[in-house]
Amino acid sequence: MALIESRTDGPAIVPDRYQRVEEGAAIPAEGAILVSLSRFLAEHDELLARTAPLGVWLASKETPASLAPFLDRIALVALDFPVFSDGRAFSSARLLRERFGYKGQLRAIGDVLCEQLPFMLRSGFDTFEMKSLRALEEFRAVVGEVRVVYQPTGDGRPTAIDRRLGRR
Amino acid sequence: MYRYDEYDHELVQDRVAQFRRQVERRLAGELTEDQFRPLRLMNGLYLQLHAYMLRIAIPYGTLDSRQMRKLAFIARRYDKGYGHFTTRQNLQFNWPKLEETPDILAELAEVEMHAIQTSGNCIRNVTSDQFAGAAEGEIEDPRIWCEIIRQWSTLHPEFSFLPRKFKIAVTGSEQDRAAVKVHDIGLIMRRDGSGQAGFEVIVGGGLGRPPFIGTTIRKFLAKEDLLSYLEAILRVYNQLGRRDNKYKARIKVTVHEIGAEEFKRLVDLEWAEIKDSTLKLPKAEMDRIARHFEPPAFRALSKRAQATDARVASDRDFAAFVRHNVGPHKVAGYAIANISLKPIGMPPGDATAEQMDLVADLADEFSFGEIRVTHAQNLVLPHVERERLPALFDRLAAGGLAASNIGLLSDIIACPGLDYCALANARSIPIAERLTERFADRDRLELIGELQIKISGCINACGHHHVGHIGILGVDRKGEEHYQIQLGGSASEDAALGKILGRGFSADEVIDVVEKIVDTYLELRIQGEAFIDTYRRVGQDPFKERVYGAH
Repeated sequence: MALIESRTDGPAIVPDRYQRVEEGAAIPAEGAILVSLSRFLAEHDELLARTAPLGVWLASKETPASLAPFLDRIALVALDFPVFSDGRAFSSARLLRERFGYKGQLRAIGDVLCEQLPFMLRSGFDTFEMKSLRALEEFRAVVGEVRVVYQPTGDGRPTAIDRRLGRR
Repeated sequence: MYRYDEYDHELVQDRVAQFRRQVERRLAGELTEDQFRPLRLMNGLYLQLHAYMLRIAIPYGTLDSRQMRKLAFIARRYDKGYGHFTTRQNLQFNWPKLEETPDILAELAEVEMHAIQTSGNCIRNVTSDQFAGAAEGEIEDPRIWCEIIRQWSTLHPEFSFLPRKFKIAVTGSEQDRAAVKVHDIGLIMRRDGSGQAGFEVIVGGGLGRPPFIGTTIRKFLAKEDLLSYLEAILRVYNQLGRRDNKYKARIKVTVHEIGAEEFKRLVDLEWAEIKDSTLKLPKAEMDRIARHFEPPAFRALSKRAQATDARVASDRDFAAFVRHNVGPHKVAGYAIANISLKPIGMPPGDATAEQMDLVADLADEFSFGEIRVTHAQNLVLPHVERERLPALFDRLAAGGLAASNIGLLSDIIACPGLDYCALANARSIPIAERLTERFADRDRLELIGELQIKISGCINACGHHHVGHIGILGVDRKGEEHYQIQLGGSASEDAALGKILGRGFSADEVIDVVEKIVDTYLELRIQGEAFIDTYRRVGQDPFKERVYGAH
């Protein structure tokens, strides 16, 4: 498993600083942690009182709206793809970025198909858990394969309409 | 019609190169079939019973002669010399070789065509009225909006992994030739009180199991809000649509389960957030697209067409062609000419490379180079001078394309069925072929009048059997092909779902059963009454009695 971060100078393999807290397990006293949405909603006061970075992961059926009031104090939101074909997290990602103004790390976890990376980037994801040993190479190969975009999203890329109208 | 600009070209060419790399990785063994499957399905490449099948998008059923010639070339060079026009106005090649599919896509890109989103759980090729821009009584050419939707939906980052496939149809006319009420979203152009054109929005229609007629959730939507409203619907569906059961994953089930009122409320909430975003269509872009659909240079012609009228009076074959295959045009002196792909004893919707070339030539000579594909699997030359119909008819007849049966019993819609399709339970094509043979007599066909038979080889309903006046559904009964009959469906503005008649029949029996149903109608009908009207008046019982009574 590799964690890849998309940066302005290209993708890079980065260490995963977050320890995932299993359901029912005790919260570690120190260090960055990743907890489920239900755990966060039940214990947010205690969790936010910690000084280390806090991450929250959402199952694909969970919407991010309940997280909105806390987003400025959350360093990582991870959205799960239980299977690559479950595309609910694309909507969650756009809502987080475009509606709720989330600025922290947005990570795709689970069954991340490398051909989905361009769509994920456009939806606001910036880090990706990938299983392949050649993840970095694959990332470079697929991102930028299709240069034109038709839809405006929070990534701010000029759309075909923007370019036609000379808007951007 | 729409012509690509540099951005449209670049996207399609990039997509071809991307798919070429994916196929190379598959052929080199770097990808397993399991890994390759989702990639090929993003590009219309299915693995069928005997071979790969490539489905090519014909956006809103509009083609020009250059594109049709390219399809003929591909049929000859890469397939077995023919192609199959589908109920979604697309074209399928049934025998492409995997290693050649990138070359086929590159050929298509040269003429501004592609196979993007002709499969997969994404927004599929947008369909429309085959007579758009030619029919009388149109508010606006619906293809303007189809093209805007085509671009917006192409490689949409949020909506490429929906719960299930998603089909949008648009009509600009009161008379619904695009079956908009049985689509995931149907758009009908309307005018508001001030005369502005916009859309009535219908959601949750669909064939397949279970079938539903769609519900109107917005009576009038302004044009500039089209994309924001569609995005709101898709976002609600992407989040709420069921993913636990493939057969309950279409938006029709979502709308049915939470109720149309609640669905509308959720869409309106979402829409309020994005209505005034960058999705609002700039007037300059709407105008740019609209310019591509400006009418061709019609000549000022007399309404009278003397040579055509004389030929009608003297030639029964030509008279039948004019009666059944020719429709009124909005411009005086012009006509819409349908080309039937339903000759007796042939698979509905198939065309040979030679026929495609002929249609391309005729389009250039008679119809400003324009061709349409209909959801009934026929072709159309939309702008033909009435006075030149005899010349057109003679050329069609020489090419075996003059079957004069549009709207008649032998104009059957059928899916590819078990002859090709991996999902099918039963064959569709042989049933269609045998019905056209049984009802080959033209006088009898004319006597029967308008009657739509629609055949699907399985419950997925690609042959639209639910909305056939007579619907035939192939089922598997203990390993044998069996056929269920439904009566009373309609896909028009009076859309209705057919009702199952009773127990099913073998392939041999079903031909006789259809004949009994037709005979019953002929006995019961009041002067001039069409099959569907008789059925609605008398109900199912007389048909049931006739079909099952003797057993």
